[in-house]
Amino acid sequence: MATENKNGGRPDVDIATLRHSAREGNTPRFWRGLDELAGTPEFRDHAENEFPHGANDPNATLDRRELLKVMAASAAFAGLTGCTKLPTQTIVPYVREPEQIIPGKPLFYATAVTLGGVATGVLVESHMSRPTKVEGNPDHPGSLGASDSFAQASILGLYDPDRSRAEVHDGRIGSWPEFQTELTAALAAAKITGGSGLRLLTQTITSASLAAQIRKFLKAFPSAKWHQYESVGRDNVREGARIAFGEYVNAVYRLNRVEVVLTLDSDFLTSGPGSVRYAREFAAKRRVDGAESIMNRLYAVECTPTNTGAMADHRLRMRASEIESFARALAREIGVSAAAGPGSSSSAPAEWIAAVARDLKQHAGASLIVAGDQQPPVVHALAHAINQKLGNFDKTVYFTQPIEESPIHQWESMGELAADIRAGKVTTILILGGNPAYDAPVDLGLRELLPKVKFSARLGMHEDETSVLCHWHIPQAHSLESWGDARAYDGTITVMQPLIAPLYEGKSEHDFLAALNGQAEKPSHDIVREFWLAQKTGIPRFDAFWEKTLRDGVMAGTAFPAKQVSLKLGIGEQPPAARPQGLEIVFRPDPTIWDGRFANNGWLQELPKPLTKLTWDNVAMLSPKMAQRLGLKSEDAIELKYEGRTIVAPAWVMPGHADESVTVFLGYGRTRAGNVGSSAGFDAGWIRPYATPWIGAGLEIRKTHQKWALAATQTHNSMEGRDLVRVATLDEYHKNPKFAQADVVKNPLSLYPEVKYEGYSWGMAVDLNACTGCGSCVVACQAENNIAVVGKKEVMIGREMHWIRIDRYFEGDLDDPKTYHEPVVCMHCEDAPCEVVCPVMATVHSPEGLNEMIYNRCVGTRYCSNNCPYKVRRFNFRLYSDWDTPSLFGMRNPNVSVRSRGVMEKCSYCVQRINAVKIEAEKQDRSVRDGEIVTACQQSCPSEAIVFGNINDPNSRVSKMKAKNLNYSLLEELNTRPRTTYQARLRNPNPEIEKAAAV
Amino acid sequence: MADSPTDKLAQHSLAVPIIGPGHDYASVTDKISHIVLSRKPPKWWILGFAAAFALVMLLLYSITYLFAVGVGIWGIQIPVGWGFAIINFVWWIGIGHAGTLISAILLLLRQQWRTSINRFAEAMTLFAVACAGIFPLIHMGRPWLAYWLFPYPDTMKMWPNFRSPLVWDAFAVSTYATVSALFWFIGLLPDLATLRDRSKNRAAKIIYGFLAMGWRGSAVHWYRHETASLLLAGLATPLVLSVHTIVSLDFAFSIVPGWHATIFPPYFVAGAIYAGFAMVLTLSIPVRKLFGLEDFITMRHLDNMGKVMLAAGLIVGYGYMMEAFSAYYSGNPYERFMIMNRMGGPYAAVYWFLVACNIVTPQFLWSRKVRANVGALFTIAMVVNVGMWLERFIIVVTSLHRDFLPSSWGMYYPTRWDFATFFGTIGLFVALLFLFIRFLPLISIFEMRALVNEEDKKAAD
Repeated sequence: MATENKNGGRPDVDIATLRHSAREGNTPRFWRGLDELAGTPEFRDHAENEFPHGANDPNATLDRRELLKVMAASAAFAGLTGCTKLPTQTIVPYVREPEQIIPGKPLFYATAVTLGGVATGVLVESHMSRPTKVEGNPDHPGSLGASDSFAQASILGLYDPDRSRAEVHDGRIGSWPEFQTELTAALAAAKITGGSGLRLLTQTITSASLAAQIRKFLKAFPSAKWHQYESVGRDNVREGARIAFGEYVNAVYRLNRVEVVLTLDSDFLTSGPGSVRYAREFAAKRRVDGAESIMNRLYAVECTPTNTGAMADHRLRMRASEIESFARALAREIGVSAAAGPGSSSSAPAEWIAAVARDLKQHAGASLIVAGDQQPPVVHALAHAINQKLGNFDKTVYFTQPIEESPIHQWESMGELAADIRAGKVTTILILGGNPAYDAPVDLGLRELLPKVKFSARLGMHEDETSVLCHWHIPQAHSLESWGDARAYDGTITVMQPLIAPLYEGKSEHDFLAALNGQAEKPSHDIVREFWLAQKTGIPRFDAFWEKTLRDGVMAGTAFPAKQVSLKLGIGEQPPAARPQGLEIVFRPDPTIWDGRFANNGWLQELPKPLTKLTWDNVAMLSPKMAQRLGLKSEDAIELKYEGRTIVAPAWVMPGHADESVTVFLGYGRTRAGNVGSSAGFDAGWIRPYATPWIGAGLEIRKTHQKWALAATQTHNSMEGRDLVRVATLDEYHKNPKFAQADVVKNPLSLYPEVKYEGYSWGMAVDLNACTGCGSCVVACQAENNIAVVGKKEVMIGREMHWIRIDRYFEGDLDDPKTYHEPVVCMHCEDAPCEVVCPVMATVHSPEGLNEMIYNRCVGTRYCSNNCPYKVRRFNFRLYSDWDTPSLFGMRNPNVSVRSRGVMEKCSYCVQRINAVKIEAEKQDRSVRDGEIVTACQQSCPSEAIVFGNINDPNSRVSKMKAKNLNYSLLEELNTRPRTTYQARLRNPNPEIEKAAAV
Repeated sequence: MADSPTDKLAQHSLAVPIIGPGHDYASVTDKISHIVLSRKPPKWWILGFAAAFALVMLLLYSITYLFAVGVGIWGIQIPVGWGFAIINFVWWIGIGHAGTLISAILLLLRQQWRTSINRFAEAMTLFAVACAGIFPLIHMGRPWLAYWLFPYPDTMKMWPNFRSPLVWDAFAVSTYATVSALFWFIGLLPDLATLRDRSKNRAAKIIYGFLAMGWRGSAVHWYRHETASLLLAGLATPLVLSVHTIVSLDFAFSIVPGWHATIFPPYFVAGAIYAGFAMVLTLSIPVRKLFGLEDFITMRHLDNMGKVMLAAGLIVGYGYMMEAFSAYYSGNPYERFMIMNRMGGPYAAVYWFLVACNIVTPQFLWSRKVRANVGALFTIAMVVNVGMWLERFIIVVTSLHRDFLPSSWGMYYPTRWDFATFFGTIGLFVALLFLFIRFLPLISIFEMRALVNEEDKKAAD
C-alpha cells in the first residue's frame, strides 16, 4: 500500500503504518488480526476517504467480526450500494417456453475452472439460469467427475458480494467507454515508439485464443513486453525440465501404473496440475479386495506435513533445503551420477535411502519420483534423471509440450518488469488478473513503483491492493460469466462457456484484449469461436464440432501427445552450493486460499486446513522440538525476521514438521480482499524476497508476549486409545483379514423388534484407505446444502456448521506421528440416540432408513446434539444464514431449505438428490439404479473414498463395500448401528524400513 | 420447658422450644402481621429491593437481547450444547425442593417445628420454581414454539415425543409449579383473612379481602382447610421425589458418559434437598435477625435444618463416590475417561472445589457448636449453595465437553450473558422474596397460634 497521497485527501495513517505498529508490539496483548488494530478512528477515516465512491468496499467501517456473526457466505451488504444486478427476472410467463428450461429442473453445462491457468473440467448445475453448484466433469481427463475444493468454491467466487461493480478511475467511478477513450489515447501515444513503454502483465495463460489475441497485440506493438506472473508459480518445475532436457516440457504421470512412488516435498495428491486425477489413480492402486491383494507404496520425504505425506507408508521429515542432498544421495544409490550434497548423511539415514532405492529398483518401470513445486530446479532435474534410470519414462511418466502458451521464468519476468518501471522505461501497464501489488516479491517494491507508471489499468474481480495503485480498475467477469478456453494438465482443451451474463457487467480477459486490439465491440464468444474455427479448418461441420465440444466440456483429441525427450548428461554432477546456514524458512501456498486469490471466499476461509484444522488464519509452523527449544506454544505471536523484514505471525506447533525449519503460508494478510478476507492472518509475502521465493535460511524468531488466537475446528489430536481409525499393515491384514471387525456386536441387544425396510435402504461406506483429507467434500457439501459460514469468532467457540468434517488424528511419536484422516458425516444410525430425546419429534427415521431432520418442527433444545456420539449435528446458534444479501440468493440450491436461527441441522445424505432420482425412476416405472444417486461429497471426492447406495441391494457398490472384511462401524459398541461405515486403513510399509524402525 | 442452664446438652436438643416463651395469640398475630401492615417499609428493605429489582431489569435486558439475537450470545457450542441455562434450571429446581419437603412431608409426619419456617420455605419453593421455569423456555433455539412440548389438540396433528425426557420434564415442572402454588395459597387463606381484618388501609382491605376468598374462620372452613392442606400435602409429597427424578432423567436417559448413570435419580433428589435446606438457612438466618423473629425461628429450627443438610450432604457425597466407582467398575473406557477427566482434566479445579464445598465443608455440621453458631451455619449454607451449583456445572459441562470422538472435544466458556441471566434470576428470586415478606405474613400466623396453644397446654401440664 503506497503511503503517498494519490487521491489528495488521504490521511497519514494507513495500513502500512498499522502493520508497522503491530510489528513494534505496541498493541493489545490479544489481537486476532489487523481488524482490531485497525479499529481506530484514524483508520476509519482513512478507509472512508479512500473509497469515496463507496461502491466497492463499504465494509471498512464495520466491525468485521460483528458482521461475520450474521452472515451466510461472504458477508456484505450489497443491498445498500444499489449496484447489485441480479439475473433478469421474468415477471410474466414465457409466451413461448424456451426449450430445456423447466422450472425446478436443473441443467448442467460443461465448462472449466482454472487455477494457475490449468483447467479442471466441470459441469455446472444451473437452476433457471442461475449456476448453483460445480461438479466434476466425468469426461474431462483432469477431473474424471471429481474436483478440488477450489473448483467447488468457485460458485461463491461468482456470487461474492464484494466483487467490484464499476469501473474506477483514480478513485472515482468511471465507465468502460471513458476507459476506452483513455486507452486509445495511451495506445496511440505508445504506437509512436512501437510500444516500447507498453507492458502487459498476465497470469499463466493456457488459453490459445487469448494468447492469439496477445500475440496480435504484440505484433501491433512490437516493442511492448508481455510479462506473466503467479506468486505460487511453477518456475522450478519448468526450470528443472530445462536443466534435464534443455527445453520446457510438461510431465504427466500415470499413477495407475505406479507400484512405488517417492515424493520429494511434493503434495501431488492434493495440489498442482492433475492432482484430482492423480488422487483417483493412486487410490485405485491401494484398493484391497481379497487376502491376496497388493497395494502401491508411497514414500514421502518432506518438510511441511502435507496430505500426501499423511497418506505415505513411510514419511521422512527433512528440512526443505536438505531434500536436494537426499535426492543426490538417492540418485547415486540408483545409479545416476550426482555430486553428494552437504549433510546428506546426517538427516537421512543411509539405510533408509538404500532400502528405498532397492524398492524402486525392484519396481523399475513401475515406480515414480515426484519433486515438489517448491523444490529447486536441480531436484526436479534429478527426479527426471532417476525416473529415466528406473525406466519409468513413457511408462509411469511421459512428457508433452508445455501446456502454458508461453512458458517463461515468471519470477524473473516480474523482476524484469519491476526493473523497467524503476528505470522509467514503462509508460503504460495493463494488468490482467493477478494481484502483483500484494504478491510480487516484496523487495521489488512494486507497491511503490506501480503508481509511478503514467497510465495503468487493471482488470480484476475485486478492487484490491493492485487496483487502488492503478489509474483504472475494470471489473472482471468471473470465469462462469465469460467465454474462454484453457488446457488441462495433459493439454486437453476445454472451451469455457458462461453460465450467466456478467452480474456486474465485468469484462473478460478476451474482452479486454479485444479492446486493446481495437475490437472492443466484438463479443468474446465470437472471438473464441472464430479462433477455433480458424484452427480447425479441416473439420467439415464446425458447428457440430463446436456444439459437441461445448457439450462434452473437452475438445476431442487435444491432449498433447507424448513427446520424445532426451535427458542431458551430468545433471547432478556439479556439486551443490554450500547450504546457507541458519534457521530455515519455507514459503508455501495456503492449502485453502492458495496465493490469496481465494481470500474473500468464505467457504475456503472456513474450510479447515487439512493438516492443522485451522480456519481463517495462516500460521508460522514449526516442529514440537523446535518449539520446545524456543519456549513457544501454538498461538504465541512471534516475530519473524528474514532478510531485514519483520512480521508478526502466530506460531503453530505441528507434529511431523521438520526441526529447525519454519513454514509460513502465503495468501493471508490481505488488506483489500473484501469483507471476508481483509485482515485475516498475516502477510507472509512481506518477508518473501526476490532471492528466495520458497526456501531460505537465516530466519530469526523473536518471542513476543502476545497471543494470536486461532480458530481450529479440531483441538484434540489423539485418538486416546480408542478404535476410531482402524489401521493395519498389509501383512497384518493378510494374516488377520478380519482385524477391523474384532469387536463386532453380533446380536445387538434391543427390546424392540427389528425394523424391516422394504424397497430402498440407504447407506454409505467411506474408504479410509482412499481419503486424502483434501476437503473437497466439505466445500461440495457446503455448496449443495446451503451451509452457512460463521466466521472466525464462532469457529473459535466451536460453532462451525459443516455437515461433513474430516477428523485428523495423529498417532505415535509427537515429532514424527502417523496422520490419519477420517471423514465424518451423519451416521444415520439405525438406533439413533438423537431421535428418542427430541421432545417434538423433529428428527425421525424415514421409511428408507434416513435419519431426517425436520427444521420446521425443531424448537432447538439441542438435546439431540448432546446425545449424538458422533457430534455431527450443527446448531444455528445465531442467524448464520445470510437472508439479506441479494447476490447470494441466486447461489443457493433451491431444493434445500435455508436454515434460520435456533434450529438444528445435519447431513441428510443429500435427500434432495435421492428424491430427484427417485422421482425420475418412478416416472420411468423402474427402480433406482446403483450409482444413480450420488451425494455431493461422493461426487466431489477425487479418490472415490465415499460410496453411497441402497444397502437392501446386495449387488450395489455400497453393499459390496460393506460386505468386505475391512468394513467397520464407528463406536460400534454403543449399539447405534450406523448406516455410514468405514473401510479400515491399510499401510504397506517396506519391511526393511519397518524392521529398522522397530529396532 | 427444659430451660436449665446447667444442662448444656439441652440447649441444642429437641428440648429447645420451637417458639419463644411468653407469647400468646395476640402477641403472635401482632408480631407477624405488623411486618406486613406497618406503613413504611424499613430502609434495608428498600435498599435490598432496589438492588434485587435492578437485577430483575438485568434479567429482562438479557432475555430481550437473547430473544433478539439467539442463544448464540451464550457460551454454548458443539459439543457442549447445554450450559448455564440447564445448570441454573437444575439448581433452582433443587432449591425448591426443601420448601415442599418442609411443608408437605413434615406436615404429614406432624413435625411441628416446621410451622414457623414452612410458609417461608414454600414461598421460596414457588419463587425458585419460577426462576427455574424461565430457563428451559429461554434455552430453546426457538422459544416461541415452547408450547409444542405439550400435547394439545392442534391442526398439525402432532403430539410431542413421549419418549423424550424433556417432555416428561415439561409435565413434571408444570405440575410441580401448580401444586406448589396451590398449596402455598391454601395455606395463606386464614392469614389473608387476618390481614384483611387488621389492615386499616382501604386498598389493603380490598386486596386482602379479595385474596382471602371469604374466609370467615367458621369450623366448616377450618375443617375443609385442614382437609385440603392434607390432600395437597399428600399430592406434593411424591413430587419431592418425582420432579428431581425426572430432571435427573434428562441426563440419565442419554448415552453421554457422565450422564448415563442409574444412580442419578436418588442422587439428584438428595442433592435437591441438600441445596434446598442450604437455601432455607441462607434466607431464614438474615430474616429472623432483621425482623427480630428469633422467638419464632429458634435455634432448634436452625439446628434441625443443619442436621438435615448434613444427612443430605452425606448422601450426595455417597453419590459422588458411587459415580466414580461405577465408572471404574463398569470397565467402560468412556466412563473411566470421563471420571478421570473430571478429576484431572481442564475443569478439575471446579471439580475439587465442588468436593470441598459439598463434602468437606458440611462435615463441620457434626459439631453441635457449629450448629449452634448462626454465623457458621450461614457460611456453610452459602458454601453448599455454591457447591451445588458447581455440581450441576460439572455434570453438564464436563460430561459433554469430552465425550466419544476426541476430534469433537471442546471447551465451554460462559459469556457475560450467561452470568447476566443467572444473576438476573437471583435478583428475581430475591425481589419476589422481598415482596413476599413485605406484603404477606412470612410466618404462618394461624399455625403459630396453634403452637402457642399447644405450648400453653404443655406448660399447664
